[in-house]
Amino acid sequence: MIRHDIVVIGGGPAGLAAAAAAKKKGIDDILILERDTLLGGILNQCIHNGFGLHTFKEELTGPEYAARYIEQVKELGIPYRTGSMVIDVNNKKEITVISREEGLQIIQAKAIILAMGCRERPRGALNIPGCRPAGIYTAGTAQRLMNIEGYMVGKEVVILGSGDIGLIMARRMMLEGAKVKVVAELMPYSGGLKRNIVQCLDDYGIPLKLSHTVVNIEGKSRVTGITLAEVGPDRKPIPGTEEHYSCDTLLLSCGLIPENELTKELGASISPITSGPVVNDRLETDQPGVFACGNVLHVHDLVDYVSEEAALAGGYAADFVKTEKDAGKAPVALKAENGVRYTVPQYLDPEAMADKLTVRFRVADIYKNRSICVYFDGKLVSRTKKRVLAPGEMEQVVLKKEEVLVSAGLKEITIRTEVEES
Amino acid sequence: MTEVREMICINCPLGYPLTVTIDGENIKVEGNTCPRGEAYGKKEVTNPTRIVTSTVPVEGGDLPRVSVKTASDIPKGKIFACMDEIRKVKVNAPVKIGDVIIPDCAGTGVAIIATKATGQA
Repeated sequence: MIRHDIVVIGGGPAGLAAAAAAKKKGIDDILILERDTLLGGILNQCIHNGFGLHTFKEELTGPEYAARYIEQVKELGIPYRTGSMVIDVNNKKEITVISREEGLQIIQAKAIILAMGCRERPRGALNIPGCRPAGIYTAGTAQRLMNIEGYMVGKEVVILGSGDIGLIMARRMMLEGAKVKVVAELMPYSGGLKRNIVQCLDDYGIPLKLSHTVVNIEGKSRVTGITLAEVGPDRKPIPGTEEHYSCDTLLLSCGLIPENELTKELGASISPITSGPVVNDRLETDQPGVFACGNVLHVHDLVDYVSEEAALAGGYAADFVKTEKDAGKAPVALKAENGVRYTVPQYLDPEAMADKLTVRFRVADIYKNRSICVYFDGKLVSRTKKRVLAPGEMEQVVLKKEEVLVSAGLKEITIRTEVEES
Repeated sequence: MTEVREMICINCPLGYPLTVTIDGENIKVEGNTCPRGEAYGKKEVTNPTRIVTSTVPVEGGDLPRVSVKTASDIPKGKIFACMDEIRKVKVNAPVKIGDVIIPDCAGTGVAIIATKATGQA
């Protein structure tokens, strides 16, 4: 059997940063497995700018950001295989990988870093009524067809969902000469970043219809039109609000789902909120020696945070290989409530944790003038005022080890939003 | 006569809400948390600019296309003129990140540069 100290599944931004960090922590026997023909993951098709302001203090496009990490991995001499797809992982950390060159192989790893990313919610998961003609794409598929393969996917476009990829693709299609008629969003707020609404929709005069959804798709061989309707607070279409748009293309940007089939196969617990594995402060799943980072763990808004998180996972995986010690279940649970949807990590170990731990989360709705409050077993320890909180953007609190250690016998840390009294 | 404009800073993905007060020559920016925000607020009310990104086909490369961008931001009104020029271009492999694809795009004085590398097929 082939053996490696650390196997990284996925060669996108998370996998690359994790591998580089593990190598810098002294682990030489690392292998990155990537199913695509090149490293870099989704960044390869994200040709727009806006990446890397936190990490590199300059504004890069997706391919440039990826290239910085690919170069690092190559300079560090970390082995990687492209065109290699992992089809199974079990709880003995045996990884089954297939490739054209090597056929089927089983690799025994001491530690595994899960960095498989996420995928888009497809039409089938959205229950949109109507015909099934050509011309319906997820926004990311359209992005790949246009930016990597060079095909124009349509001329008259309606976009359902205001996630970032949908907004970015609205602008991209306008620049390539298509007419984007409208972006419809089921929720009363956009799921995308504010800057993308400004520079992708407002700049090009594309209307954003909040609380609207597609109630019919027409067309026999190709989409010929769609019907939009307003939705009520119950998110059900309101009869009489239907509006028809003629179009040849419908793009869907309706959410991203962490791709955790392998994680489930190896038996790690999955959070029903994030759809990613449950992890402790070392970003380790409840399977000892299996770590997770990036969009497979929870969907991020910025790649900079993915890289930061992945570097931590890589470092902790390196520590695990050196000691090969199962640290056991972390004793303190992190609880999200009152507008905080989830936290990552979900558990922490006060003794083993780093001096500072960044806890990331998202909020459930648009909130104005609220505070993010942290309680240790019901006792308020911090309160941070926020002018605006939005579900499209990740928030974070930093927990200090010294503060956690002072609270002897701590069982639960609660993170919640509270209305600011002005 | 003072004019007040509310806008979202697009310099970074954090998207801080800015309030820009224009009093003749005096422009005051509030709500920003870094110097880029102030510069953006001032520019957005005087000469709004954007980075344009696209792709161009590659002859003889191991990738069919490489991505490109304007080397710096260009006036908003020139975006479509730039796209027209980018669409006419074809490049030959190999391409390195930073290679100049068009030296001066649509009279902006700004170059179009490659943001992805490709070797020869």
